Amino acid sequence: MVIYGVALLAGCMLVGLIIGDVLGQLLGIDANLGGVGIAMLLLIFVTGYLKDRGKLPETTESGINFWNAMYIPIVVAMAASQNVAAAFSGGMVAILAGVLAVALGLVLVPVLTGKRTEDARPLDAVPEQGLGKSDVPAGPTRIGH
Amino acid sequence: MNDSIVSLVDKYHLIAAFAVIGLTMYIAYWLSRHLTAGRLHGSAIAIIIGLILAYVGGIQTGGEDGLADVTLFSGLGLMGGGMLRDLAIIATAYGVRFQEVKKAGLRGVIALFLGVLVSFVAGAVVAVGFGYTDPVDITTIAAGAVTYIVGPVTGATLGASSEVIALSIAAGLVKSILTMIATPMTARLIGLDNPRSAMIFGGMIGTTSGVAAGLAATDARLVPYGAMTATFYTGLGILLAPTVLFLIVRGVMG
Repeated sequence: MVIYGVALLAGCMLVGLIIGDVLGQLLGIDANLGGVGIAMLLLIFVTGYLKDRGKLPETTESGINFWNAMYIPIVVAMAASQNVAAAFSGGMVAILAGVLAVALGLVLVPVLTGKRTEDARPLDAVPEQGLGKSDVPAGPTRIGH
Repeated sequence: MNDSIVSLVDKYHLIAAFAVIGLTMYIAYWLSRHLTAGRLHGSAIAIIIGLILAYVGGIQTGGEDGLADVTLFSGLGLMGGGMLRDLAIIATAYGVRFQEVKKAGLRGVIALFLGVLVSFVAGAVVAVGFGYTDPVDITTIAAGAVTYIVGPVTGATLGASSEVIALSIAAGLVKSILTMIATPMTARLIGLDNPRSAMIFGGMIGTTSGVAAGLAATDARLVPYGAMTATFYTGLGILLAPTVLFLIVRGVMG
């Protein structure tokens, strides 16, 4: 059933957020420390486990894939509800600080990525047929590509 | 008649948001295909349209949530809010190759620490350049350049003035918005076409909304890799900015 997929996704999210919250409390900060990232890892492991055992029917998958495909529209809605007006009325200090942070960050990406090696190939160059069952990128991620 | 339509749309605000965003996506993809011959990605155009609408909405209402402050479009706040956004980000992890995550793991962690540090230093340098001398002010503005959440949390912890906290939020918003726009434009230049560089990108830039939208506009398949590291960034920033980084700023500024 489709709801199984949605519930699995929701369960991973809640467990991840709880772990992130506990991590934050352990470190004494009032923030969720990577709860979403932990939830993503959980989803990768749980769905990989279920798939290997053939326990992830297509209808269950479609419950996850729906939210996967809704990602870009949700990001557009997020962009439309940003405080853009405030960002540009913050004055030159705010604008320059933001611009400099982004510029330096972007410049350092290739420095850290290093030489283009086997494990940093462009996604388009990855041969599809050599991948295992759970390795195939989910279809709907390609929507809008 | 008009009133009843407005109140109906207001009552079903999330449904109205689905319709509005669907229409926006359609227009954006149409523009991408016919005006740019597919060179500028449809989702990049959609995000830019979203930002322009947010600007107009903010100017019109004086509120904080862009177009979502206009009664007719209040559902955008729910649709684009943290809850559904995080759910959708997590869903993108479905189909991720764990091998890629593992291979880029260490570099991703290095990128996280370096990213927080570099953004903080950038913000601090600009603050000092504009004549700020109080370590609390400098740290708060610098923390804003990390993300617009780290800024106010740091400012509140250190007891910064509300004016400086507002500046730090603005700095973080500029960073997030600029990331949405600049990422698809610079992606080729910085080699942002594989899971490894996407994870490093997420760690270096960190602002989840900016990274998520920027990667979506570049190549949707990269989103989960960048988002995975980026979601640790704000937490790390909140951990470091009011503590270690503040002590360093205080030491440097005497």
